[in-house]
Amino acid sequence: MKDWFKTGSPWVWLSAGGVSLSLISVIGLLWLIASNGLSYFWPSQIHQFDVVDEHGKQSVVIGEIYDRESIPTVQLAHLDLGREIESETIERILVKTGNRELVSLDFRWILEPLITQRSLPEDVAVVERRSNGNFYGFIEKIVLDGKDVDSSKLDELLERVNEFQAQISELQKVDIGAINYQLERIRLKERKHILDGTLTEDVKADLVSQSDALKAEYQTLEKELLALRKEVSRDQIVMRAMGGETVAINFDQIIKVTFSNQLGVIGKFGVFIEQIYGFIFDDPREANTEGGVFPAIFGTVLMVLLMTVIVAPFGVIAAIYLHEYAGKNAFTKLLRIAVINLAGVPSIVYGVFGLGFFVYMVGGNLDRLFYPETLPSPTFGTPGVLWSAITLAILTLPVVIVSTEEGLARIPSSMRHGSLALGATKAETLWRIILPIASPAIMTGIILAIARAAGEVAPLMLVGVVKMAPTLPLDGNFPFLHLERKFMHLGFHIYDVGFQSPNVEAARPLVYATALLLVTIIVGLNMTAVNIRNKLREKYRALEH
Amino acid sequence: MITVSPKTLNDVPAPLDLANLTPEQTALEIKDLNLFYGEKQALQNISMKIPKGQVTAFIGPSGCGKSTLLRCINRMNDLVDICRIEGGIELNGEDIYGKHVDVAALRRKVGMVFQRPNPFPKSIYENVVYGLRITGEKNRRVLDEAVERSLKAAALWNEVKDRLHDSALGLSGGQQQRLVIARAIAIEPEVLLLDEPTSALDPISTLTIEELINDLKKKYTVVIVTHNMQQAARVSDQTAFMYMGDLIEYSDTNTLFTTPAKKKTEDYITGRYG
Repeated sequence: MKDWFKTGSPWVWLSAGGVSLSLISVIGLLWLIASNGLSYFWPSQIHQFDVVDEHGKQSVVIGEIYDRESIPTVQLAHLDLGREIESETIERILVKTGNRELVSLDFRWILEPLITQRSLPEDVAVVERRSNGNFYGFIEKIVLDGKDVDSSKLDELLERVNEFQAQISELQKVDIGAINYQLERIRLKERKHILDGTLTEDVKADLVSQSDALKAEYQTLEKELLALRKEVSRDQIVMRAMGGETVAINFDQIIKVTFSNQLGVIGKFGVFIEQIYGFIFDDPREANTEGGVFPAIFGTVLMVLLMTVIVAPFGVIAAIYLHEYAGKNAFTKLLRIAVINLAGVPSIVYGVFGLGFFVYMVGGNLDRLFYPETLPSPTFGTPGVLWSAITLAILTLPVVIVSTEEGLARIPSSMRHGSLALGATKAETLWRIILPIASPAIMTGIILAIARAAGEVAPLMLVGVVKMAPTLPLDGNFPFLHLERKFMHLGFHIYDVGFQSPNVEAARPLVYATALLLVTIIVGLNMTAVNIRNKLREKYRALEH
Repeated sequence: MITVSPKTLNDVPAPLDLANLTPEQTALEIKDLNLFYGEKQALQNISMKIPKGQVTAFIGPSGCGKSTLLRCINRMNDLVDICRIEGGIELNGEDIYGKHVDVAALRRKVGMVFQRPNPFPKSIYENVVYGLRITGEKNRRVLDEAVERSLKAAALWNEVKDRLHDSALGLSGGQQQRLVIARAIAIEPEVLLLDEPTSALDPISTLTIEELINDLKKKYTVVIVTHNMQQAARVSDQTAFMYMGDLIEYSDTNTLFTTPAKKKTEDYITGRYG
């Protein structure tokens, strides 16, 4: 036994065990969120259950099976189930029934013993709608411009409506959005003139004519929009729900109609891909519980990139000062310890600091100096993507400083001496020799910073993230990048959908899907940086030994 | 006793009178140089004149201060925080430790090659033109010419002319050392300091470098520090023997190796210690 210990193999086993444990937890975590998240997009079977409830009343329930659990029979003793149940537990099924206009709840539990018959009706349709959630039912008829038509026209009509919808959203977001933006700018210009006391009659007339022109343009666009809206709402689809009620759904409400039970594996896969595409590229609907997460993806990536652009130069400059220029004395040591300890400050503290210092102090003063015309509504004096990026940059600064310093310390002194002996000054040596060689280490710092920042939510809630941002921070209106705007963030989105949503049950798979997406994006950003680092390493490889 | 090769004996002109060199003959004059690392004195009252266009070797046992003295000549010792210098060194009659001396400009006049080859992790071409780029030279033709001239002078041109834009780190140790020499002479220094340039190299590369040193003295004043007495005897015109921070003996190489004036020198070159 003692000999066995001497060989060192217990330690090898121990470390192998440690490695496999971490590997298993990583894979397990990814598997859990991937399976739960991706199954959300896979079209499920639509079941029809004939149910006799404990009062002997018959009903039909149509919907997707969402969950099942078993409960002890004892708990249900007060119910008269109509017959004796011998087993100790009873299965119950959670069914998503949709049809919110008919029943207030999307979900209902059904006890397994109460089901008298179950089937998978072929012609049941799932109608995905812009509001009120899904509708499950059978297509009764289609009304085209007031006349009944064959239901085979469905695809054609849907395509037509979707085309119009695309035009409408383009018109609303791009054209009308731009006019509103310009009108707001004219209003601000006028206010600025009033504040400066330079509002002459000429200026005023000019501004009025400008805004009148815009308003006229707006009128025509609005007419166009109304015409489109009318086109879109021309046709209806009449559905028969599970209870036998008929409901007319306007085509402008419909996003997609799927006959899930008719789909083969390939068809389902097509829907699956379509759903994922929609999830990534669409805007959220229904208080974030439906639709896509595009604004959140965009916000996350933009914020992280901004943060990187801010933290990289500052971190590198600070590290260069600490390592190359600062005297090697107690004060420098203290400074270094302070920097390292900064990494240990809880992130919410940075959020509070960011809110107090950047948003209120810096932002407030910026507003007073440069945007007096918009006051009292703040421009920069309110949480926004810029302040979020800066706050996270401060949060990740120590990481960049420490790894850059380590990189600088690893460079052999012969490199510096070689350059200095050729008549280069210290700054030239730094710029031409030291920094390029240290670039892999700098990249390591940036990778760690990205990894830390992209997953951070707590400070962002104070300095810029919102549940629903009406516009992206980047659009076609000058100056294109609107750093003062609030933004959406995947991490916060997960929190919001999971805990703040009006319909937690429906949102649960969305939480997994969003988490999966967040992990994917962080891994993607990191892989890009790792790739760059590996290229740099390759270049300076021979120096490593 | 070291046998000096006949070639050196025949080639050598009449030895210079090292104590009484005229200013025109002198490249460097070291005047009462004292150097301290903190409390510890590393060099004591060194005074010597190094003649122009010749190879001067510093020999002595490890830790005798020969490399330290060499580093004083282009002020590389400035990089050591605790280093303090008294006395002076004159390059062409100008004190290099004067108040208004531009150290970078001095180092362009006094090039240096280190013990281990230290090419930058750039291409061969970029290594050679590094010093010129520092001075702001952008003209492509000037740079190309400098590369060819320097690499030829460093006897490396034929080996690398087809791969000038490959990484310098792919060269062998001996090639790297010659590249570093080419890099140093690309900026046309007056003096070239070689700090044990062959101690990390194999015998063949050493031989190439020694031949190169012989060529270099036609244009540059060369000061070489070496551990290897045979090498000093082979390549140098003057030799200075140092011991424990003192300059023990300084004379032309033939005299020093054949009829040393001091007992310590004789002991050292006959291998009694060191």
